[in-house]
Amino acid sequence: MKKGNKINRLKKRWFGRILAISRKEFMHIIHDPRSLIILFVMPVLQLIMFGYALNMEIQNINLAVIDRSHSTASRDLIAAFKGSPYFSVFDYDGPLSEIEGLFLNREAHAILEINQDFQKNFQRRPQAAVQILIDAADPNAATMIRQYCSGVIALFNKTGNLDIPLRFEIKPRIWYNPDLKSDYFFIPGLVALILVMISALLTSITITREKEMGTMEQILVSPIRPVEIVLGKVLPYIVLAFFDGVLILLLGMIMFDVPFIGSYLLLLLLSIIYITTALSLGLMISTAVSTQQVAMMAAVAATLLPTIMLSGFIFPLNAMPDLLQYISYIVPAKYYLIIIRGIMLKGNTLVQLAGQTGFLLLLTLILLLNAVRKFSLNLEK
Amino acid sequence: MNQNEWAVETHNLTRRFGKFVAVDKISLQVAKGEIFGFLGANGAGKTTVIRMLSGILAPSSGDAQVAGLDIYSQSEKIKTRIGYMSQKFSLYEDLTIEENINFYGGIYGLPPDLLAERKTSLLERVGLAEAARRMTRDLPLGFKQRLALGCSLLHDPMIIFLDEPTSGVDPRARRNFWDLIYETCDLGKTVFVTTHFMDESEYCHRVSIMNDGRIIALDEPFKLKKKYNKTSMQDVFITIVKNEIGRKQGEQ
Repeated sequence: MKKGNKINRLKKRWFGRILAISRKEFMHIIHDPRSLIILFVMPVLQLIMFGYALNMEIQNINLAVIDRSHSTASRDLIAAFKGSPYFSVFDYDGPLSEIEGLFLNREAHAILEINQDFQKNFQRRPQAAVQILIDAADPNAATMIRQYCSGVIALFNKTGNLDIPLRFEIKPRIWYNPDLKSDYFFIPGLVALILVMISALLTSITITREKEMGTMEQILVSPIRPVEIVLGKVLPYIVLAFFDGVLILLLGMIMFDVPFIGSYLLLLLLSIIYITTALSLGLMISTAVSTQQVAMMAAVAATLLPTIMLSGFIFPLNAMPDLLQYISYIVPAKYYLIIIRGIMLKGNTLVQLAGQTGFLLLLTLILLLNAVRKFSLNLEK
Repeated sequence: MNQNEWAVETHNLTRRFGKFVAVDKISLQVAKGEIFGFLGANGAGKTTVIRMLSGILAPSSGDAQVAGLDIYSQSEKIKTRIGYMSQKFSLYEDLTIEENINFYGGIYGLPPDLLAERKTSLLERVGLAEAARRMTRDLPLGFKQRLALGCSLLHDPMIIFLDEPTSGVDPRARRNFWDLIYETCDLGKTVFVTTHFMDESEYCHRVSIMNDGRIIALDEPFKLKKKYNKTSMQDVFITIVKNEIGRKQGEQ
């Protein structure tokens, strides 16, 4: 009975000490409205900036048309291009020798050339050729333009040439993102990027600040244990970063019309785990370096580039060399991207995401233990 | 005197950083209720000794007991019986006075009712009962000192270690702080204070003088002055350090 009481009291003590640290961290933020502004305004700005910049769709492609056929068929074809939202069509009647000038002066992205015998071929032969020239100085854009052109021509063939029998036709059905909108792909990725960066930044300076101000020593001479300090520092930021996460998720969905098929609750739950991983990373950095400036730089370096390059945010991981694929296993965003895209676009359940969740938890544990260990080492040195 | 009567006792306590010997076999005893001055130039090894005694730095060799507890095996327990305050005062400037007190009480695991009680009496003693919600950064230096010292005494320690509490402070504030040290001593605490101001050593019950990691003198201030036939501790210090340098050169 007596022993039980003692254990109870000890439990309360460590709980009280963790609470003391957490409450103090919270007060630091409350008393400094500027930090709150940074905390909530910066992510919104990032979302807007990245969200609009990271758009792979090309609109208003300038298409110059050289129509030497002047026939019903050629006018129908041009009308088909004019009807597409991607093209803005204009006639080119300058000399043929200066056609390259259209690309050199950036007046056109593509040129459609229709020969004199287009109408004749179109009616008599199974095939009528037109020439399309595309400016491939930007190969990605050129590929997109080519796809759009094929799309327009396919549509034109279907509507205008009903009498030509087709042996077979491929009708692709694209799931989860039928319109292939790049926003659906990038907005969840942006949430992952912004969350990891803000979270790591938040905790990266918490311990270095105390080292710089000299308050760390005062804490170290108290009976509080390293693990209690580390937990006490992570807790308040989980709450803050969580609200940040909800904010940018909502904004992303509203501003960019990204659908949400799965469970909100599941996404919020798994986001808390992801946030904790990022906070632990920041904390580990904080124990390892001695100035706030270095800590902040390290936090950005450890999150920004790996998340953009090695998480599948933009570039597919399975196209990378093996070495980079191995490195990607320690990038938290790799797992969270699968989670957030899976829940938002496919309606994945927890069972389907168990592997990713497990990896995130493991990463968090490793980072936290490392932070505690680094911290204890600092003490003894 | 019985061994348990000492507040601090060290025997050949040593700390090396690589090849550099920061603290070289120091042995000393501090009695309970004493104001013990720990003197020496900057870099003499004073802070290293305090860090070892307060359990945040492991010694390389030697023994020490603080509050009757062994610094190797009972350092966690020692932490609940000692207070510590550094030259930086270690208050959070961006928190209110009350939040600072809550925090320091909290990390020592004081139960809420006990903390509330001690907070009230601390605020009254320091004369800030009406200003608990004020920002710490707005306080005059003298109040900051009193508050910082009060915070490090919240858990009612036996011994308080003060590491250069008066460095970077003007002479009048230094004088005021020594009044505080006497008040603390009157509460029955042992005060272990380091300083590089020789005039301050006159206020201590006993002083030790440290040079290059070793203790080269340890006694009551008036006895030291008598022994070296000087009128001020400043002169005593200069004489002792000169003798020490001469002795070292003689060895070589």
